[in-house]
Amino acid sequence: MNHAATSRRGLMAGGAALGIASMMGHAAAQTALESRVVIVTSFSRDVTTPFVQAFEAAHPGTRVEVQNRNTTAAVAFIRETRSSPPDLMWASAPDAFEVLKAGNLLARPQIDTSGIPDRIGGQPTHDADGRYFGFAVSGYGIMYNTRYIRANRLPAPREWADLKNPVYQNHIGISAPSRSGTTHLTIETILQGEGWAPGWAQLLEIAGNYAQVSDRSFGVPDAVNSGQYGIGIVIDFFGLSAKASGFPVEFVYPTVTTLVPANIGMIEGASNPNAARAFVQFLLSPEGQAVLLNPRVMRLPVRPEAYANAPADFPNPFTNPNLGARVRFDSGVSESRYELLNSLFDRLITFRLRELTEAWKAVHAAEAALSRRENAEGRRLVAEARAKLTAVPVNEAQASDPAIAGAFRATRPDRPAAGRQAEYEEQWDRYAVATYAEAKQLAERAQRAR
Amino acid sequence: MSATTEAAPARPFLARYRTEASPVQIVAALLVAAFLLAFLIVPVGRVFMVAFQAGDGAFTLVHFADFFRTSLFIESFWNSLYVASMSVVFASLIAVPLAVMLARYRFPGTALITTLGVLPLVMPPFVGAVAMQLVFGRNGTVNLLLMDWFGFRLDLMDGLNGVIFVQSLHYFPFILMNLTASLSNVDISMEEAGQNLGAKNFTLLRRIVLPLALPGYLAGASLVFVKVFDDLATPLMLNVTNMLAPQAYLRVTSVGLADPMGYVISVILVVVSVAAMGLAALLLRGRDYATQQRGGGGLGRRELSRRGLILCWCFVVPVLFLVLAPHIGILLLSFGTIWSFSPLPDGLTLEHYGTVLRETPQFITNTLLYCGLAGLIDVVIGVTIAWLVLRTKLPGRKLLDLAAMSALAVPGLVLGIGILRTYFDVKLWDGASLATSWIMLTIVLAVRRLPYALRASTAALQQVHRSLEEAAENMGAGKVTTLRRIVVPLMAGGLAAAFVTSFATAAVELSATLVLATRDVDAPLSFGIYLFMQSASGRGPGAALGVIAVLVVAICTFAAHRFAERERGRRTRSSDPRAA
Repeated sequence: MNHAATSRRGLMAGGAALGIASMMGHAAAQTALESRVVIVTSFSRDVTTPFVQAFEAAHPGTRVEVQNRNTTAAVAFIRETRSSPPDLMWASAPDAFEVLKAGNLLARPQIDTSGIPDRIGGQPTHDADGRYFGFAVSGYGIMYNTRYIRANRLPAPREWADLKNPVYQNHIGISAPSRSGTTHLTIETILQGEGWAPGWAQLLEIAGNYAQVSDRSFGVPDAVNSGQYGIGIVIDFFGLSAKASGFPVEFVYPTVTTLVPANIGMIEGASNPNAARAFVQFLLSPEGQAVLLNPRVMRLPVRPEAYANAPADFPNPFTNPNLGARVRFDSGVSESRYELLNSLFDRLITFRLRELTEAWKAVHAAEAALSRRENAEGRRLVAEARAKLTAVPVNEAQASDPAIAGAFRATRPDRPAAGRQAEYEEQWDRYAVATYAEAKQLAERAQRAR
Repeated sequence: MSATTEAAPARPFLARYRTEASPVQIVAALLVAAFLLAFLIVPVGRVFMVAFQAGDGAFTLVHFADFFRTSLFIESFWNSLYVASMSVVFASLIAVPLAVMLARYRFPGTALITTLGVLPLVMPPFVGAVAMQLVFGRNGTVNLLLMDWFGFRLDLMDGLNGVIFVQSLHYFPFILMNLTASLSNVDISMEEAGQNLGAKNFTLLRRIVLPLALPGYLAGASLVFVKVFDDLATPLMLNVTNMLAPQAYLRVTSVGLADPMGYVISVILVVVSVAAMGLAALLLRGRDYATQQRGGGGLGRRELSRRGLILCWCFVVPVLFLVLAPHIGILLLSFGTIWSFSPLPDGLTLEHYGTVLRETPQFITNTLLYCGLAGLIDVVIGVTIAWLVLRTKLPGRKLLDLAAMSALAVPGLVLGIGILRTYFDVKLWDGASLATSWIMLTIVLAVRRLPYALRASTAALQQVHRSLEEAAENMGAGKVTTLRRIVVPLMAGGLAAAFVTSFATAAVELSATLVLATRDVDAPLSFGIYLFMQSASGRGPGAALGVIAVLVVAICTFAAHRFAERERGRRTRSSDPRAA
């Protein structure tokens, strides 16, 4: 880290030596950077501050202005401010960038990406049209509090399926996919990795052990860090940075996970294009990549050589071929059912968590009773209860069917409204309430069967 | 405005116009109306239109039909109503005894209660919930100790009961402040008259004092109801989603701005809140609570018996512990190193304060500037409206009051989005947008907190008897002079309360700030805390900023309180010639 004293020209010379194409070096060196660059980001201060400080040290004439918004709000903000937009959009969710790109809101800056593999963990690193760029990758997994696990005598989980174990009843937390783009990707990954129906069966059984569905992404790492509950389903850097900051937590990647790039893109009509371009280039440079290993950031770099300085057990997708390889994430499928999936999860799990967990509690109690005293009728009843609790009222084809999924999108003149969202939601809500009540009754009968 | 024509048909038009509305009144009303129209009604109206729009832009009521067909929304509606009502009950259980103690007895802890009674209000909403989780949560300090010692835990923070618990502790000061102001304005002569007629302690309290203090209590209680009914941060922090405000918020922010249901819920929130305020006003209708004599300095304070004193302390100490619990929690978090599944943090450090002061000193100065200005705007507009409503016959004055109060029922998020839509294209001199500038943020804070100032001003003015003004007018003073020399000084205590409530609650406002504050350099404390709290690597810096926020607001509140006390003391000691 020698950037403290390096001038912009100096950095460019260094960059050229490291293999940055000379054309880019000239282009950037010839145009002076503007005095400021405005970034809209969904990243927290923990992530942005080290990058901003490093960038400002490398480019002393340019001040970075950071505007924090959640991803949805950021997209809306960029749309609303078309007349004088911010310069850069910096966020995790690739789908947000797809939305911006589809709305012709992303510029196409000339960025040198040599030295960065085109694909990481099976996913393309950058946008094929050069409108946004991956600067780090993230996987999803399980974070747990070691003190909590020990005090409650719980086994450490490794795979998603482990979380179905009744010992974790009331010990697991997640944020709602409708509220957290990263959780949405986790859920989508599980559904794509396991298949729609088996995936939902697994999600609903894990949900039986939820202590909470948080409305904020950060609600989960906060609760696990402070020990409100012991296990959280989170994006990797939440777990890794909490651990690096000294909290007694661990993070594991289950086999079914995917590595998704976190991105940056320049907004069409940016008023500080040169500084914006320089910032993107800085993120992708070896200096910028090194910042990713700051204890408060802890995200997986896209440059293989950056891993040389990583802590001992830091995950490395370039040396661990299993990491994220199991699932080929299909963003087309994801896009087609994005809003529907959020709403379905909320109806079945978030808003009916109490009913769902009580039903599962009854099933677990019945199964425990039956294992002490076998009873065929009881087994039959509990199997029926399980079948009810693991079914999903929408099948895979319906979920992507524009006639149904379309009802969950904002209507636009070019996209005629398909049914009303409110009607589907009411239908699902009734389904959830009725099904969970029936399952609970079945399980209670199973427990009494003799 | 057409209503005037029926009022006095016999008199010529101009003469009638002159006697019923002086030019000053009209100008004042128009200015206030313009402010409300520009920064509340138009922006919110633009957003609300969505609730009545079909996909093609035509008018429709189908979204409302959907709302009433959706069992989740109906359930949320009843939950919100239940939580709001129960919070009023519990807040009253805390606030009424404290207020009576303050106003009627010589209690050694008086100053303590007044200052501590304001502290919950200055706790930024989600910081309060974070701290309450740390102290009372399922694995918070209290429960970990209970588990260790007795093997059980209290689920204080679960579900709707958790929301009621947190809300009662957060909002009881509204009742306490309004009721205390009311009680201290009840003239001692009233009480003495009661005593002369043979009324004793409890009868006196029940028949004379409490009825006279009713305007203050109802002002506070209806505020608590509406605040809890519309509150977003607490249910969200406790992950309670089956209430109305969270449903609206979740719809607007996750389904998208184009989703009509969020706006439908917003409309319903507004309607219920306005109805609650209306009910409070209805209960007060037709009663005269003003007392003629001023300068009595409130009720006679009496000595407490030894038993009474012990009883008081037995009530005050546990309440203070409950009230201070979030502050203690946040203080520990701000000084703690790692705090994980243990009753107390592992170690202590000053580093978090270093981080905050090094990186972002501007948050503090911004807050003082924006919220101070917002508080001043609120007091000026609040007194003007209260005066127009209570002292003039200007047509449409009730409408002004209603419009200002409706700000209470407008979720900050909705107001923020409306402002963004309405004013984004208005450019300032430096080319920046008006909507995202600090000026607009100040105005929005003022609009959002205006109802508090307005209710406090109304309660204060209700207790200044009309005859005092008439006396001044008989002596030749004009309306403005009367207002300036008689009414405002007599209301000083109430005005200070109005300013403090507006200022303190504006300092912890988050939902509109979140939409409008776009740049770190322009952002106030609450936004800074929010930024620092978004961290998986420890919330220490956020907590440190939270402690600073609480301190800043507490100091300002204390100063305003001292000012009000001194004003009152001055008035009561010297037989004020102005009031004669």
